[in-house]
Amino acid sequence: MPFIPHTEDDVRSMLNSIGVDSIDALFDEIPEELRISTLNDVPTGCTEMEIGRLMSEHADGDRQGRCFLGAGAYEHHVPAAIWEITTRGEFYSAYTPYQAEASQGTLQLIYEYQSMMTQLMAMDVSNASLYDGASALAEAILMAIRANRKSKSRRVLIPKTVNPVYRQVSDTIIKNQGITLEELDFGTATGTITTLPDEPGDIAALVIPMPNFFGSLEDVDTLTDWAHQHGALVIASVNPTAMALLTPPGEWGNDDNASQGADIVCGEGQPLGIPLSSGGPYFGFMCCKQQYVRQMPGRIVGRTVDLEGKPGFTLTLQAREQHIRRSKATSNICTNQGLMVTAATIYMALLGGEGLQQVASTSHRQTRQLHERLTAIDGVSAVFDQTFFHEAVIRFDKADVDNVLISLAGQGILGGYSLKQAYPELGEALLICATETRTDADLDDYVNALQQVLSGSQH
Amino acid sequence: MSDIPANLKYTESHEWIEQCDDDTVRIGITDHAQNLLGDMVFIELPEVGDSLDAGDECAVVESVKAASDVYAPISGEVVAVNENLADNPELVNKDAYDEGWLFILKPSQPDELDELLDADTYGAKAAEDDH
Repeated sequence: MPFIPHTEDDVRSMLNSIGVDSIDALFDEIPEELRISTLNDVPTGCTEMEIGRLMSEHADGDRQGRCFLGAGAYEHHVPAAIWEITTRGEFYSAYTPYQAEASQGTLQLIYEYQSMMTQLMAMDVSNASLYDGASALAEAILMAIRANRKSKSRRVLIPKTVNPVYRQVSDTIIKNQGITLEELDFGTATGTITTLPDEPGDIAALVIPMPNFFGSLEDVDTLTDWAHQHGALVIASVNPTAMALLTPPGEWGNDDNASQGADIVCGEGQPLGIPLSSGGPYFGFMCCKQQYVRQMPGRIVGRTVDLEGKPGFTLTLQAREQHIRRSKATSNICTNQGLMVTAATIYMALLGGEGLQQVASTSHRQTRQLHERLTAIDGVSAVFDQTFFHEAVIRFDKADVDNVLISLAGQGILGGYSLKQAYPELGEALLICATETRTDADLDDYVNALQQVLSGSQH
Repeated sequence: MSDIPANLKYTESHEWIEQCDDDTVRIGITDHAQNLLGDMVFIELPEVGDSLDAGDECAVVESVKAASDVYAPISGEVVAVNENLADNPELVNKDAYDEGWLFILKPSQPDELDELLDADTYGAKAAEDDH
C-alpha cells in the first residue's frame, strides 16, 4: 500500500461505506463547547527561507558565553563520534519502530541501553526511556501508586529539594487523579532533608532526589529505610553522571533485607551525551525492581530466541500498553525519545564506566574549586554546609542576584541559576555549576568578572 | 463449546461465583473467558481485607494477548486470595473452576447473589459471543 494521504475520493468512499456524512460527524461525541473552530495563534505556514531565518534568530539568543548554569541540564563534553554515529541513516529516527521486530538493530540498541542503565543504577529492569526528567518523575509517582498495593492513601511525600520544575510538572499530571503531593521542608543548615514526620500515616511513596536541586547529597540510606519502615515505596530521582561515583539507588538503605534499595528510579538523561540545545529534546529514564515491572510505563525490549533457536530482540510485556489496554494502560506514553537514547547509549559505551567516573569526579572538583573561590570574594557567602556533587549554592550579601547575572552575561559568563523565585527564603541565592568542560582559566574569568561586578567597577 | 458447570452462578463479564458452605463465595473467571484470553502470564489479585462493591475492578488477568479487568460480582470483603497463582498463573487456563480460583469474598449484601446469571443464561450469552 502506498504511504500517501487520502484523496478526496478516498475519503468520500470510506464515509459512504460506513454511512456517515462528513469527517466532523465522526467526532460528534465531543461536546460543541469543547471544540475550537479556528486556531488563531497558529500561523498558516512559511517558506523554507523564512523559517531558516527565524530559527537563526532564535539560535542567536542562545550560547551567550561560558556556562556555569546547571539546574537540571548540564553542559558536558559530547565526543564527536556520538552524533556522527547517531545520525547515520540506520539510526536516524525519533521513534521506536512500528513492526518493531523488523528493526532488530534498533531493538538491540535499546536492549543495550536498558542493560547499561540497570548497571549504572543497580536496578533489575529499565524501560526504553520516557520524555524527560520531570515527566519521568510524574510517571514514577503514578507507578508507585499502582505498585504499592498495601497503601490506600494515594499520598506521596516530595521534598522541597526536588527540582521545582519537576514538582510543578508532577503536580500538573497527577492532581486530577486523586493523588496528593505533600512537601517536606529542608534543613536550612544543610539544604537537605533533616527531619521526617514522626507519624506520617499511610503514605504510598517518598521521593528522594540525589543529588538534590541544590547539588547537596541527601542521606539516602536513612531516608530509604524510613520510607520502607512506613510502608512507602522509594522513588529515586537521580543525576546519571553522579551515579558513576555515588552509591547507586539499588543499594540504598542500611537495613540489610529484601526491601533494600530504591523501588523506582527515574531522572533526566540529558547529561549522557545530549547537547543543551536550548532545552530539548532530552529524554527521561526509569528503572525498577523486578517485582514492579508490570506497573512500569513505556516500552521494554527483551532478548529471546526465534523458532530456530537464534537470538533476537523483541518488545515485551506489552499487554498493559495503550494499544492493547486502551484507557486502562499503565501510561499514555505512546512513543519515546529513541534518537536521544541512541546518543546516550553510544556515549555510555564510548566512555565506559571509568570515563563516566572521570567526568563525574572532574565536574565535582571544578565545582568545589569554583565554590571555594567565589565564596572567598567579599560579599559572597556559602549557603549550606553539606557535601555537594557538581552544583552548590552561594549568596550575595548586598547585591541583587538577578542584576549580578545580567552583568555577568554582559561579560560572556552564564553565572548560574537564580533561586530567588523558587526559594525566596534563601535570599539573593545563586545555584552554580562547573562541569568537566570548565577549565581553570574559565574559573579565573568567572572570579574576576564577579569581583568586578560586585565592586561596581565593571564600567 | 466451553465448560459451564450447572452448580455455579455467573456474570456477563465472565466471572463465576461458587457459594461455599461457610457463607463465603469463591470467584474466578470462566473457562470461556480463559479460552478467549489465551495463555495466562500474570494474575494481579486484590489484598485480603479489601472491601469491594459489586462491579469494582478488583483483579487483572494478563495473558500473552491482553490484560483484562476482573470485576467483583457482588459486594463484600476479600477473605482469601489464591496465592498459588503468583507462580502458576497457568492454573487459570488448566482448571478455571477449581485450582484457578482467584479470591474469596465474604458477602456484605447476600441479596446480590440473586441477580447473578445461572448456567443456562450464561451459556446462551457465551454462545452469542462465539458468533
